[in-house]
Amino acid sequence: MARPSLTRLFGPIREARGVPKWVVIAGIAITIAFVVFALFAPWIAPYDFDTYRTADGVRFPKQGHPSGDHLFGTNVQSTDVLSRVIYGARTALEVVILAVIFSLAVGLPLGLISGYFGGKLDRVLLLVMDSLFAFPYLLLAIVVAFLLSDRLGRGVMTAAVSISVVYVPQYYRVVRNHVISVREETYVEAARALGAKPRTVISRYILQNVIQNVPVIATLNAADAILTLAALGFLGYGIQPTDAAEWGYDLQRAISDAGAGIWWTGLFPGFAIVTLVTGLTLLGEGLNDVLNPVLRRRPIQAVILPERQSRLPAGEAGV
Amino acid sequence: MQKKPELNGTLLEVKDLKVHFPLRGSFVERLVGREPGSVKAVDGVSFQLQRGEVLGLVGESGSGKTTLGRALLRLAEPTEGAIVYDGRDITRVEEREMRSLRRKMQIVFQDPHASLNPAMDLETAVGHPLSIHGVTKDKVDMRRRVSEMLERVGLAPADRFLTKYPGDLSGGQKQRAVLARAIMLNPDLLVADEPVSMLDMSVRAKILELMIGLKDEFDLTYLYITHDLATARFFCDRIAIMYLGRIVELGQTEEIFANPRHPYTASLLRAIPEPDPAKGIPRDLPRGEVPDAVTPPHGCNFHPRCPRAFEVCGWEARDVRDLLEERWAGMAEQEFTREQALIGDLDALDEVSEIARVPSTEGVRSRHVVELLERIRREQPETRLWKGARSIEEGGKEALIQFHEGLEPRHLVVDSVEVECHLYDDEARGRAEEHARKGRK
Repeated sequence: MARPSLTRLFGPIREARGVPKWVVIAGIAITIAFVVFALFAPWIAPYDFDTYRTADGVRFPKQGHPSGDHLFGTNVQSTDVLSRVIYGARTALEVVILAVIFSLAVGLPLGLISGYFGGKLDRVLLLVMDSLFAFPYLLLAIVVAFLLSDRLGRGVMTAAVSISVVYVPQYYRVVRNHVISVREETYVEAARALGAKPRTVISRYILQNVIQNVPVIATLNAADAILTLAALGFLGYGIQPTDAAEWGYDLQRAISDAGAGIWWTGLFPGFAIVTLVTGLTLLGEGLNDVLNPVLRRRPIQAVILPERQSRLPAGEAGV
Repeated sequence: MQKKPELNGTLLEVKDLKVHFPLRGSFVERLVGREPGSVKAVDGVSFQLQRGEVLGLVGESGSGKTTLGRALLRLAEPTEGAIVYDGRDITRVEEREMRSLRRKMQIVFQDPHASLNPAMDLETAVGHPLSIHGVTKDKVDMRRRVSEMLERVGLAPADRFLTKYPGDLSGGQKQRAVLARAIMLNPDLLVADEPVSMLDMSVRAKILELMIGLKDEFDLTYLYITHDLATARFFCDRIAIMYLGRIVELGQTEEIFANPRHPYTASLLRAIPEPDPAKGIPRDLPRGEVPDAVTPPHGCNFHPRCPRAFEVCGWEARDVRDLLEERWAGMAEQEFTREQALIGDLDALDEVSEIARVPSTEGVRSRHVVELLERIRREQPETRLWKGARSIEEGGKEALIQFHEGLEPRHLVVDSVEVECHLYDDEARGRAEEHARKGRK
């Protein structure tokens, strides 16, 4: 019976029962909703993220109350809050996906090599990664964003790179530690005995047995990355406001509104951040419960004994 | 099942091979720079493997048999000595060159459940040696070869097994797949490291039969590593008995079973379970456990457990500790307390020395300790240790037992059997008799 690798991945989710299953499903639902917003933003959002007047040239109201034209109201720059929230999802997902790809692309190979070969290389890498890890993550992201803004400008790319620098050590650590335990498995020695090169051993024998941890860290890190991106935007080191809509920046602009009773400019971007982070965390935690064999609980089916066909006369029963 | 091997040349020769694993000392030891020592897993082994034969390597757990097998394929690094494969010294060959040599030498590990990558289906796993060595890149050709090999090892019909993952197979099926993978490149030498010890009894015989069939079909030479003398007898042309990193006896299977030379071999043979409970065979199994391979016993490794040890076997201080502890373990509480009150901390005996310094407790004259030791000697004169003791003297706060000089067992050939034991060494026996004569005077 063929078992394609997709089934191997999704099988556990289907088999899961109870709370973990619902956690995963809730996580998937929230995440998919935001992905849909991001993909179809131009069609879903009523206006562009930087539109401040109608096609006829009539300016939107400044800090306008939510109304029929502007469901979530307008902000201090007269742009539509709903549109900015929807376009913000697009920015967030772009940055997070790029950041996850970058940090995987660096952390995974380094972890594999460092764990497999060990020795001096491992020590040096470990030292570098641990010192990155020990650094306050937001400060690190700001420094990198600052350094890169000269060369790459302050766009999605800069934000993605500065966020990925923060998460590389996590992937590296998790992968390296797992490789160290897998390296001692007999099948790895068997591969060496077959004459496989280190590259073949790593890619065909170790990677496949280490990769299963990655989806869980990736989703949890994605949730964290959203917060980091918002923090960068809030502090003014994020994406150029003219380039894209960004929730953190919107929050920062809404600070002064809050005192004046203008609640809609801050509430909706903040709500979007909280919801997406919650969704991704639920997804990550749920995946961990579902995929991790130590935590996974398999359904137990009650055994139903069939009714006895004939009754033995008393006395023969014990024979 | 046994047939005479057609001996046509030496395939593998091992000369005085040593594999030592350095120990990682404690933090303080490393700070002071003291050598933490090493585990002497293989400590001076020499043998030859003839083309087409099955050599059994038999030993208890911890005897170093698995390490020896791995070292032959350079999966463990040799510390000293030489491995000559097919006329070529491969002891120090670079890993890069070794990779192409691995086509010719393969290994089957003990645990079939662990030797297959759980994330690889059987077709890829069994065919992987072909793609590693670039034998074939063609998918159709690969599938044909893999299917043939799977059916040859009894995984038929192959179509049913090609797409299976190791998790779908039983232990026996996995070991068949591992064998298929090992034979795929048509190697000369197959090191089989306890290939059946993790399998059910019913499956063992089938796997062994399969291995015999494969050997004839593919002209294989086996090094069969096991702790199980029964399967070794069934399977091997020659048997090497390993003890604590050394081969103590090596000879034709029939000869070893009919006429074991080394006392260790003899006791191993007596340890084979007897199916008939009515036949109560007297067993003088080796006493105690295999000693520590970091500091192996002085002289002959086996002397502390040997029922036939004598003067020159390498008696030393640690043997006295064993003797006292064994004596006290079987004693009445009162007597034990009385004796123990005389003798100080036994840790003083934990040194490799031919003079055992048995300390006396504070305030006890060493004369009393000497008297105690003399009494023990009188009570158990048959204990082998006393053969080695030259004198028991008082000395300050301790009693000194001076032992005869211990000799390293030499490699001897006795009637076609290679054995390392003083019992067959005329010089050692001569020396021992001399000691005994002097002792009587």
